[in-house]
Amino acid sequence: MNYLSALIGGGLIGLAVTLMLMANGRVAGVSGIVAGLATPSRGDIRWRLLFVVGLVSAGALAIIVKPSAFVGMSMAPDWALPVAGLLVGFGTVIGNGCTSGHGVCGISRFSTRSLIATVTFIGAGIATVAVIRLITPGGIS
Amino acid sequence: MKIAHDLSAFLVAFLFALGLALSGMTSPARVFGFLDVFGHWDPSLLFVMAGAVGVHSLLYRLVRRRERPFFSLQFDVPTRRDIDRRLVIGAALFGAGWGIGGYCPGPGLASIATLDRRPLLFVLFMLVGMVIAKWMPRRT
Repeated sequence: MNYLSALIGGGLIGLAVTLMLMANGRVAGVSGIVAGLATPSRGDIRWRLLFVVGLVSAGALAIIVKPSAFVGMSMAPDWALPVAGLLVGFGTVIGNGCTSGHGVCGISRFSTRSLIATVTFIGAGIATVAVIRLITPGGIS
Repeated sequence: MKIAHDLSAFLVAFLFALGLALSGMTSPARVFGFLDVFGHWDPSLLFVMAGAVGVHSLLYRLVRRRERPFFSLQFDVPTRRDIDRRLVIGAALFGAGWGIGGYCPGPGLASIATLDRRPLLFVLFMLVGMVIAKWMPRRT
C-alpha cells in the first residue's frame, strides 16, 4: 500500500512539474524558486510567493485528509533542525537544485549534471543516516 | 498573461505538494527509512522517484515540441552540462542536511502548515542558508 501511494504521489509530482513547464516554461525546482526570493527582481516575486503559498496550502489540506503524511517529526532532536535547514539551504543554492529540480526535472531531461547531483545527495543522505545510527546510543527511533 | 502565469505557479505548487504528501516525502519517518540503507531500509521513496520521473520524462519531450509555454514568452530550462565542484559539494551538503532533518525544501515548506516548530525551524534556517550561499563571494 505504501509503495502504491508512493508511486501515485510520485506520478502527481511528475504531472505538476510537467504543468509548470507547459504553463510557465520553467523547471519546478523548489530550492531555486524559493532562493529566488532572496535576491528578487521586479515582476519576479509574486509568482514565487504564490508558489510557496501553494505548497503550504496543500500541506494544510493534507493535514485534514491525510495527517499520517507528516509522521516522524519527533525523530530528529530539536537542535538538529536548524543545522539541517542551514545545510539544505546552503547546499541547494551552491548545488543549483534539490530533489525536485535535479532528481525529478533534471533526470527526466537525461541531464548528466542532475544525475550526478542526485546520486551525490542521496549518497550523502545515506552516509549521514548511517553515521547518526553509529553514534546514537539508541539509533534512530 | 501574467496573472495566468502567477496563478499557474500556485496551482502547480498545490498539486506538487499534494503529491509530496501522498507519496510520503513529507514524512521524516519515510525519509529516514529510505536513507537508512544499512539499517531498516524502507524503499518507498524509490517509487516516488520512479513515478515522478516516469511521468515527467515521457511528457517532457511532448511539451518541448511547443514553440513556447502558455503563459511565458519562452522556455527557461537549465542548459549547463558541466560537473563542477560546486555542484558536488552543494549536493553533498544538501544530502547531509536531508539526512539530519528528514526534510528537503518542498516537504519542509508544505509541513509548516502543521505549525509544528520543527518544520518551522527547518524552513527558517533553510532561508538563512540560502541567503548566506547567495551572498557568499565566489572563488573564481
